[in-house]
Amino acid sequence: MNFNKIIALGLRHLYLIMNSFPRILDLIYWPTVQIFLWGFISKFFTLNSEYYSNTIGIILTAAILYDFLFRASISFNMMFLEEIWSRNFTNLFIAPIKIREIIAALTLTAIIRTLIGLVPAVLIAIPLFGVSVLKLGIPLIFLLISLYLFGITLGLLVTSGLLRYGPSFENIAWASLFFLAPLGCIYYPIEILPETLQIIAKGLPLVHIFEEMRNILMTETVNYLKIFKSILISLFYFIIGVIVFYISYFGAKKRGTLINMGE
Amino acid sequence: MFVQIKNLSKIYKKFLAVNKINFNIERNKTIGLLGPNGCGKTTTIGMILGLVTPSEGEIFIENKNIEKYSRDQILSRFNFASPYVELPKKLTVKQNLEIYGRLYGIKNLKDRINDIASDLDIKNFFERKTGELSSGQKNRVSLAKSLINKPEILLLDEPTASLDPDIGDFIRSYIQEYKSKNKITILLASHNMNEVERLCDSVIMMKKGKIIDSGTCEALIKKHGRSNLEETFLKLARSEDEF
Repeated sequence: MNFNKIIALGLRHLYLIMNSFPRILDLIYWPTVQIFLWGFISKFFTLNSEYYSNTIGIILTAAILYDFLFRASISFNMMFLEEIWSRNFTNLFIAPIKIREIIAALTLTAIIRTLIGLVPAVLIAIPLFGVSVLKLGIPLIFLLISLYLFGITLGLLVTSGLLRYGPSFENIAWASLFFLAPLGCIYYPIEILPETLQIIAKGLPLVHIFEEMRNILMTETVNYLKIFKSILISLFYFIIGVIVFYISYFGAKKRGTLINMGE
Repeated sequence: MFVQIKNLSKIYKKFLAVNKINFNIERNKTIGLLGPNGCGKTTTIGMILGLVTPSEGEIFIENKNIEKYSRDQILSRFNFASPYVELPKKLTVKQNLEIYGRLYGIKNLKDRINDIASDLDIKNFFERKTGELSSGQKNRVSLAKSLINKPEILLLDEPTASLDPDIGDFIRSYIQEYKSKNKITILLASHNMNEVERLCDSVIMMKKGKIIDSGTCEALIKKHGRSNLEETFLKLARSEDEF
């Protein structure tokens, strides 16, 4: 790994953000709208639901964590799509940068993009709704790691599709997370799902992450085993994502799609 | 021989894009790759750049199969420019050159960018976003990017396409001047026959994925009994014969 090259590719995306105020505004706007929406829903449920009666902010915390996952994945996809849209794809793939360095650069830069959008929204939630994700304490770090790994994995799978099918795969990029959200048990316990779907859902890290988040906020106890299980599952999917990306890259070279990507 | 192309073929599904082509490029020579649209020029360039996996055949650089080099080892010796491939539009010229300089691991990058910017006369729009430039300015920036690493092998795909005669001449003169001062081997794909005659030591004519003829411009013109390369090109392109 050559960190100078990883930094160079990261800079390409940071310059892009810094050069455009509307782009920064766009990054901040959507998470903030989400916080407002789920903040009011959360407030309503807190006042009217027995399940959430003593646990103000469970829904809002879930919304923030889900948005973190969503932003991480979308950031990864967006940075890859930027190369296609700007017709810079060929220049990037003939530069002496290894594929693993491209993956590393996109992974590391996605966190900055994600945080630019999410930090202001998280800060707004504290005075406005009296909810802070920091109440999750130290486990929050591990939950975020697990979410981030899974978000990047989804990004890798979508970009693999872009390499395989070209820009027409773009719509899938936007839809990918919504497809998994119902199985993620973000806002409800896993018992709500039919039994067969529960088996599938347990194979995803999201269930373990959001179940544990609710457990921490409701019982004020931490089950680290469950958190690490979610990280291991995320890591497993991440490795699969990297393998799929490499397969798609070599497939794209065979089909010749790298020279006319974006056209 | 510096670059050797041996029995190189590419089949896309059932379409034979490049059909067992063989050619050599001597060090510090400029070779023109000519042929009608769809004859396999871009696929050939793609295979040399490692963007397309050949279906058959091999590429050798300094008698070593290109596959034996690591990706970054070989690509750091290459570069490429084409008006059909652009630099990020929302980044300034300076930012783009900085990023590509870093990706190519250039030492003393500031000096290198300054030198090349002066040579190509792009300093006056250094701070402008690349997408806001005219096609002539974009072309010069693209050429600057392609020379940032002082490549040993430069692949140019129609470097003066869609440029006005003045800018086109500037680019051609710059390539000539750069070549006279630096050790560089160039593979130039072009439809501009005057440009090819001016810049290339020899040319390769392709048609339907095959090499149909090759040699110096003068030799080809003489061989086909025409008065210039354009007429020779037209004769070969329109001919139904298999050469």
